Amino acid sequence: MNIQVNLTENDNKLKGDIHGEIDAHTAPVLREKLEAYQAKEGLNAELDLSGVDYMDSTGLGVFVAFYKSINAKGGHLKLTGLSSRLKRLFDITGLGDIMDIEAAVGKGGN
Amino acid sequence: MRPFDYVEMRVPAKSQYVGVARLTISGLASRIGFSFDDIEDLKIASSEAVTNAVQHAYSEGEEGEVVIGCALYEDKIEIMVADHGQSFDFEETKAKVGPYHDQEEGAFLREGGLGLYLIETLMDEVKVHHQEGVTVFMTKHVEGERVEEDVETISS
Repeated sequence: MNIQVNLTENDNKLKGDIHGEIDAHTAPVLREKLEAYQAKEGLNAELDLSGVDYMDSTGLGVFVAFYKSINAKGGHLKLTGLSSRLKRLFDITGLGDIMDIEAAVGKGGN
Repeated sequence: MRPFDYVEMRVPAKSQYVGVARLTISGLASRIGFSFDDIEDLKIASSEAVTNAVQHAYSEGEEGEVVIGCALYEDKIEIMVADHGQSFDFEETKAKVGPYHDQEEGAFLREGGLGLYLIETLMDEVKVHHQEGVTVFMTKHVEGERVEEDVETISS
């Protein structure tokens, strides 16, 4: 299993960073960690994905589910540090227009 | 002599083998000279296909295997992913797969609709054969900038 998820919550602000690969095997680990926070009202979440080397639709599915849950509770999810590969994945699926994502600075987020 | 090298993997239908299949295909693709971006595309597309096969096996309560066949040509790679575990005759199965039809195969990736969408977007050609399980057949051509290959030839 090649994923590391670090989450800390303070005053309804969730900060987190994710390292490794997000695929069918590791996505359940990420989903489980995020689900612990999805019922909170007005949660302000920011997840740093600069340590994610690989992601496919299973990872997108986890982030979309989390985005929907906390949005429904008046919260906000922001994903930061996306490599150009990750940004592309959000863009070609159309999720880049819907979700708040930010490419990694100086990492050629073309 | 057939015009391609053929590599076949047979893995248990368990999610921990998705990454193994992905890395193997990445290694095969780099031998043909795909660009880094194309290799990343191939990794995602093959992961999506294998993930689907694994999840299909789970939903059927089977302890199956997934067979992944890769045909390596000079300028393209053909990848076949079958969830019914039986080894297939690559050429025979290739002849049987047809174009993907939305209505007919609508149930193919119920939950993973995004996965099939990604396969179609990232690969040049995708076909699905739905009989005794699902077989996904996908092709990607080498184009543009190549990864350095045949270093010995260049340096000699």
